[in-house]
Amino acid sequence: MVTAVDVAARRSGLRVGMPATKAQALVADLVVMDAEPLADADALERLALWALQRYAPIAAADPPDGLVIDTSGADHLHGGEEAMLAGMVQRFADVGIAARAAVADCWGVAHATVRHRASGTTIVPSAHGGEVIFDLPIGALRLSAPMVKALRVLGFERIGDLAAQPRAPLALRFGPELGRRLDQAMGRLAEPIVPVRTPDLIEVNRAFPEPIGAPETIARYVGKLVVALCEALEAKGLGAKRLDLMFHRVDNRIEAVRVGTALPVRDVKRLTRLLCEKIETVSPGFGIEIMTLTATLAEPLSEKQVVSSLVEEPEADVSGLIDILANRVGEHRLYRLAPFASDVPERSVRRVGPMSADDGAAWPNHWPRPIRLLGSPEPIETVALLPDQPPVTFTWRGIRRRVRRADDPERVFGEWWKRDAELEAVRDYFRIEDDAGERFWVFRAGDGEDPATGSHRWYLHGIFG
Amino acid sequence: MHDITSVRPVIADLRARIERLDGGRGRDRAVLSFGVEAIDRTLPGGGLALGALHEVACGGNGAIDGAAAALFAAGIAARSRGKVLWCVTRPDLFGPALAQVGLQPGRVIFVEAGDEKTVLACFEEGLRHGSLGAVVAEVARLSMTASRRLQLAAEGSGSVGIAIRRWRRQTEAADFGQPTASVTRWRVSVLPSTPLPIPGVGQARWLLELIRCRAGESADFEVDACDAQGRLSLPADLADRSGQKDAGIRRAAS
Repeated sequence: MVTAVDVAARRSGLRVGMPATKAQALVADLVVMDAEPLADADALERLALWALQRYAPIAAADPPDGLVIDTSGADHLHGGEEAMLAGMVQRFADVGIAARAAVADCWGVAHATVRHRASGTTIVPSAHGGEVIFDLPIGALRLSAPMVKALRVLGFERIGDLAAQPRAPLALRFGPELGRRLDQAMGRLAEPIVPVRTPDLIEVNRAFPEPIGAPETIARYVGKLVVALCEALEAKGLGAKRLDLMFHRVDNRIEAVRVGTALPVRDVKRLTRLLCEKIETVSPGFGIEIMTLTATLAEPLSEKQVVSSLVEEPEADVSGLIDILANRVGEHRLYRLAPFASDVPERSVRRVGPMSADDGAAWPNHWPRPIRLLGSPEPIETVALLPDQPPVTFTWRGIRRRVRRADDPERVFGEWWKRDAELEAVRDYFRIEDDAGERFWVFRAGDGEDPATGSHRWYLHGIFG
Repeated sequence: MHDITSVRPVIADLRARIERLDGGRGRDRAVLSFGVEAIDRTLPGGGLALGALHEVACGGNGAIDGAAAALFAAGIAARSRGKVLWCVTRPDLFGPALAQVGLQPGRVIFVEAGDEKTVLACFEEGLRHGSLGAVVAEVARLSMTASRRLQLAAEGSGSVGIAIRRWRRQTEAADFGQPTASVTRWRVSVLPSTPLPIPGVGQARWLLELIRCRAGESADFEVDACDAQGRLSLPADLADRSGQKDAGIRRAAS
């Protein structure tokens, strides 16, 4: 029996479910590999663990071929849902896995959408009530194969057909499973995702005899959990880089918050503060029964001896501040600028992590540079003499300015060794000053003589103070 | 001011008492001097107070891009000690220009916040932390409450906080007249650069207006823009002029 086919095999007419002998008869010298369900499940589990460390506190394998991740409250850290999905698919593509991704309100809809809609990434609009999957085949409902077959015999093809039927006769014939799956797909029934766990994850939890809900109470118990976790971390000589705090609610839902740190941390006060800042994002519902604190990512942390010096002041530690800000605005929004070897101004700056090592590199300091660099050069109307005179007047954003003073041009060549399109590209940059003393950085695309080097249009690229 | 304190100890004593009532910690608060005598003389304590909030805006057309104000702030941050946190909503600062006024890329950590509220929150967090030399934020609106929070945060930690007021539209710049709790308020306007004997753009020159100054008087100065160490200086042709000892003509707050 064929259990999986790749793209080339599909093109030559092989299908899942076809006997292996038939497939071999269809295609000469077909490469057949034995299915290894156990190894596949194992690999999926490892993938789930990776997703857990990379994306969100609640991630699990969705056998046989999927991952399910609860991304609520985590998507903004990856640049929004769209960017997160695209990034996810890209990451999988980089390691040779063709993947599709979808975001939806509940597991059922996401599961159905991702497997039965053609596009690479899908974002299902929220608050839909399950109608969005009514046109999908009933196979998308996560029912057992015999049940799908029996439903087909009865004439049900689409989920919409099934949802429109009275529930009681269906339940009588197929048992409670069908109704449960339908409700899960509609988002009427909670379906907690049990996050994947490995034995070496450090985890502490606390069950409450009475459900708790007040933020102060939660904060108090967070403090106690952090103390316990830090003791466990210390016993292993580790520091937490990422913490997941999960709240199991009485209505069988799990709320989770995640905080990350730039360097491994084992400081009770700091971790408590990071977690307590997130409490307001958690909705306790009717109450919280169990709180679980996990160090999803831990790295070795050992005591260091601080060398005190009489001469220099020690460099102040800002990692605590960076952790607080990164958890508030997202890790990728916190950066330092570093030089990059390129003559093209917008490419000469790259972003590096806030705690990355400072190698002391600097930009060449030959020419003045504007403090504000426009995101993309804005076209301006100019009156200028070719080939190498600065403009006499120019109009930018509807205001006409007369150029009082100007510097000689600085010529920037395209990076022909990197991009073929820039083989002959040239920009001539001028620093100019208008009557009022405002100083601008303008350039002309092209060298002013040869049209192959650029369009000879003028652009404003930056503003000097 | 120095004359008064030396001549009348009673007044000095009264000042100290008022200061204590205000919640400050005495007159000997640390300052960051500009190195320009005319400016330092105008500011109480002989320089820009550390552990305080300062506001900077650009005059004229600069209110939208805030270029000169950013350079002025960068110059102050470059002369402070320790790392610098710079909170922005629009990421259009150009690193090489910051390095050219002495603010090396390794010292500045940027936070790109999605909205004004987050910028203020990050600004306050940075000021509270205490181990940063300077915290700079680009904000449009700064209410009395927000600025009071920032000022208290700065007082507690000793970092210098600089709010660059930068608006989306020219008309919104009228907001700069609203009262805030900042210790000083500056307006930086570009002036035509120093004339050169040859064609070309000379040393950038600014009109630096000290619009408001707590326990001090407002004044304006014509200065050369920040040099490679972030220092301002008086233009050579003005500094040599006689009568320049009284630079910073006193005038009423505008």
